[in-house]
Amino acid sequence: MKFTLSWLKQHLETSATVQDIVEAMTMAGLEVEHVEDPAKKLAAFTVAKIVSAEQHPNADRLRVCQVDTVDGRKEIVCGAPNARTGLTTIYAPIGAYVPGLDVTLVEKPVRGVVSNGMLCSAAELETAEESDGIMELADNLAVGLPVAEALGLEAVIDFEVTPNRPDWLGVAGIARDLAAAGLGKLKDQSVTPVPSTFSCPIEIRLTAPEACPVFAGRLIRKVKNGPSPDWLQAQLKAIGLRSINALVDVTNLLSYDRARPLHVYDAGKLVGGYIEARLGQGEESLLALDGKTYALTTEMCVIADGSGALGLGGVMGGESTGCSDETTEVFVESAWFDPLRTAQTGRATGIASDAQYRFARTVDTGFIVPGLELATKLILELCGGEPSEIQVAGQAPAAPGPIVFDPAYVTRLSGLSVDAATSLDVLTKLGCTVSGTGSALSVTPPSWRRDIEGKADLVEEVARIVGYGALPSTPLPPVNATSSGVLTPRQNRARMGRRALAAMGYSEAVTWSFTARKTAELFGGGSAAVVLSNPIASDLDCMRPSILPNLIEAAGRNAKRGFADCALFEVGPVFAGDQPKDQRTAITALIAPHAPRRWDGGAAEDVFTIKSDLLALLDELGAPTASLQTVQGSASPWWHPGRSARLQLGPKAVIAEFGALHPRILAALDADGPVYGFELWLDSVPEQRRKSKARPGYEASSLMPLSRDFAFIVPVDQIAGDLVKAVLGADKVLINGARVFDVYQGTGIEPGHKSVALEVSIAPKDKTLTEAEIEALSAKIIAAAQKAGARLRV
Amino acid sequence: MTDLATLEAQIVGAIGTASDLASLDAVRVSALGKTGSISGLLKGMGALSPDERREQGPLINGLRDRAQAALATRKADLESAALDAQLASEHLDLSLPAPPRRRGGVHPTMQVMDEMIAIFAEMGFAVADGPDIEDDFHNFTALNFPPKHPAREMHDTFFFEANAAGERMLLRTHTSPVQIRTMVSQKPPIRIIAPGRTYRKDSDQTHTPMFHQVEGLVIDRDIHMGHLKWTLETFVGRFFETSDVVTRFRPHHFPFTEPSAELDVQCDRTGGELKVGQGQSWLEVLGCGMVHPNVIRNCGLDPDEWQGFAFGMGVDRLAMLKYGVPDLRDMFASDVRWLSHYGFSAFAAPTAAGGLS
Repeated sequence: MKFTLSWLKQHLETSATVQDIVEAMTMAGLEVEHVEDPAKKLAAFTVAKIVSAEQHPNADRLRVCQVDTVDGRKEIVCGAPNARTGLTTIYAPIGAYVPGLDVTLVEKPVRGVVSNGMLCSAAELETAEESDGIMELADNLAVGLPVAEALGLEAVIDFEVTPNRPDWLGVAGIARDLAAAGLGKLKDQSVTPVPSTFSCPIEIRLTAPEACPVFAGRLIRKVKNGPSPDWLQAQLKAIGLRSINALVDVTNLLSYDRARPLHVYDAGKLVGGYIEARLGQGEESLLALDGKTYALTTEMCVIADGSGALGLGGVMGGESTGCSDETTEVFVESAWFDPLRTAQTGRATGIASDAQYRFARTVDTGFIVPGLELATKLILELCGGEPSEIQVAGQAPAAPGPIVFDPAYVTRLSGLSVDAATSLDVLTKLGCTVSGTGSALSVTPPSWRRDIEGKADLVEEVARIVGYGALPSTPLPPVNATSSGVLTPRQNRARMGRRALAAMGYSEAVTWSFTARKTAELFGGGSAAVVLSNPIASDLDCMRPSILPNLIEAAGRNAKRGFADCALFEVGPVFAGDQPKDQRTAITALIAPHAPRRWDGGAAEDVFTIKSDLLALLDELGAPTASLQTVQGSASPWWHPGRSARLQLGPKAVIAEFGALHPRILAALDADGPVYGFELWLDSVPEQRRKSKARPGYEASSLMPLSRDFAFIVPVDQIAGDLVKAVLGADKVLINGARVFDVYQGTGIEPGHKSVALEVSIAPKDKTLTEAEIEALSAKIIAAAQKAGARLRV
Repeated sequence: MTDLATLEAQIVGAIGTASDLASLDAVRVSALGKTGSISGLLKGMGALSPDERREQGPLINGLRDRAQAALATRKADLESAALDAQLASEHLDLSLPAPPRRRGGVHPTMQVMDEMIAIFAEMGFAVADGPDIEDDFHNFTALNFPPKHPAREMHDTFFFEANAAGERMLLRTHTSPVQIRTMVSQKPPIRIIAPGRTYRKDSDQTHTPMFHQVEGLVIDRDIHMGHLKWTLETFVGRFFETSDVVTRFRPHHFPFTEPSAELDVQCDRTGGELKVGQGQSWLEVLGCGMVHPNVIRNCGLDPDEWQGFAFGMGVDRLAMLKYGVPDLRDMFASDVRWLSHYGFSAFAAPTAAGGLS
């Protein structure tokens, strides 16, 4: 919303500057967005008089003018046809920035004659859309007068009103707050009724009190409509409103002046002698004043007469009864429409009119008849006429009730040291009625402040008018030490996981929690419960079941930009449903390996790279990596079926999946392979339960560990992990490790088989092992391997 | 005993001319081996008379010691020369590139979240969280947004279709539902922050459909707006790492706080760079206020007994301001160049000792 200083001064006696007012508005809770100050913007432009205008020696259409300016007499070349001797106009000196031309004036000869400045048109100053020649001003204006003053241009303050303060949608309401904040004295805003001569012949019917509980109206006969007087046109134009005609302009004026929207009907066009506020009947439509036709639903409040719908109550009137210059009888409506219904109608129709905006935010229930009286007074002044008596149908919603209030609560809640008298003074200035004494006052908010519902609201009123600047800065009381940290184990693990992966060379990405439904379906998601009904884009319409697709798409995008090599990770939510328990935190990483070629022929990254990083990460997170089972063949279908696995503690305790991504998935997501990745579900990693911070006892044997190598022949499809597990189980005391160091298939090995070589680490416990004991252990190892389907390679 | 002198000269000469370890060893064997010349002399001592032995013994032993020493010296020289030669042959061009290693990094939003957690942890705040998919009660109704109220519209909420129970789930539009979840599940006094993802249907240079907030909530018997002011002033000073930051509390409206305020920070925007702690402009940083009595009541607490404050701030926005990121949308685009430019070292975890940034 916008207003000008002079408009404000109609309600507030003040000597405050625009800057003071902006500051006070901000500190009262009105967010000023912008101040357009022509005095500042056009400071360089001043009134000047053309002393003589003569034909340019070298150009037919140019004149060389001698001009009296604020800088003395200047020779200025001008191309305007109206540049004539004796004209009072506007002068811009060299160096001035001309907004309408977007140029800064420089001294340069025009066809051989130097022009020492410029004479300006209204368009060049942006005070009019277009203009025909330079400005023609009244001759009594003094040379040197700033143009803003000469044209009566005022600063326009543009600000935002929070939805709780509909009273600020009228300048009078802003004046009230500024007066309370000490910026001036509020002028008398009371309204004197206009004498009426006859009873209103038009009946008002209310058949939907839930939509329109009260409707006041009156007929004014013998009006003469036409253009508004200059002052009204200028006042509306200053804040960006278009003048229509006097009757309509009066309603717009009061909408902005008193936050009181009204409607005027050409009574000559009303049919049936009545006007009705009812609900839409379906199958009904309205040609509204904006020239569009709207279907009227049974949810909307409709104003109708004997001929049908005339308008959408509180939203927009219709063409059929619009007031024109031919209007001689006008019916003026001052009603109260239900805010929620008006808001819904606004949404449904897409109409955001000044009236709709105000009714949706609640209009003052105490200013229905006074608003009508004020409108009548203005109409009589501008258009003449004879008003009927006011007819009021229905009853306005009850005014806000009293609030029990202890002034000490101001200090308790805000910390401000404000005495009771100051609090009461503020509340009274804002329109509250205060009765009672001591700590049990009764404070009744004014009818225009329905947002004040309880004692905390009263504290806010006092605090904001006294000023938040006076708030003390009070340290929080110390709390019992949080020496053990403030993060839950899961939060801590997410943090450690993030930094561990970053240290391993992965870049952290943060991607949308949503994806395309068809992508979600590729990753086991896409159920109806997680599909958005109003997505921001059709390819972001479903909550992600996995972070993988987002990272794969990111890798694809990076490759298309020429950066194919990437290692990305994300720590974030994945969704299996719409309930809190369905949300899990995943740590997901991928590598799209396109590392630079190497002169030393080093090995390329492969699926074992991602396995290595995953296990290192799990170690960092304190997961029981030694007990993890690597299960192949049951990982999700978006992985390469032969090159992916699950890491699990048991079939129902899957901690992670890793592998190469399935080529079909990559193709669907427009990424080139190979891509390796893992997804780790943080919530599945069991939390370590340690009672003490102390580590378990340290046992380092003084005996030399030893190792023995074994090569076994196993069928090709037997996984090495089973063999390793069998060997480890051969003697759980002495054997503390077994690691595959060679896998061989080919000459010397029968077809369908492979040789797997293991280095078994042996840690003697209390004495060095004898050769015989080592032999016995070897036999146990070979026997265990045989049980697992392997035989020693000889 | 010119024989011994001749022998010694002969042996020393042979040692000196041995050009490698093998020929040196041949010299050793010929002199000190089982059948070597010196060994022969030593053996022959047994046949000498005591007088001769007394005379010859030291001479022969002396010869042996000098020969051994000469051999050792020569051996060390030859070994050293051999090592030098081997090392010379092992020369590598170390200007060649080492195996490539990627440099990873932490996303600036997550880094800033860690910074915020570190600052508030020092003030005794614990970290709480809640689900991204919320119900109407936690996101709106319990936070004092009346049903159908225009204030709800301002949130540009993402909705899901109504489920079997007729309930329409939504994506939380702010982290404030965690206030409700905390007050319902925990007895006061409460002092938490809740970082997390939030969603609004909006997209331009300064709005993305997903962003991050950190919520704060303090509930106790005597917490007032002065405590709120101190807490946020302390935070802003620590976050922007300047002691002379000037803040301004400005009245505002949120349905779930009363009184409500926005916090502005004084800054300088001249020259396209934002500097906090100087200048004439104000920068809106966050929204806050005293928890509305209705919200406290909705959580089953008595607002006449318990009161406190809440605040909510945009993490991505503060990250952009602090680290000079021009476009919010880039934060979520996963461009590896951007991630490497704005990312943080894995080891740069914000700490009180090491500094926040």
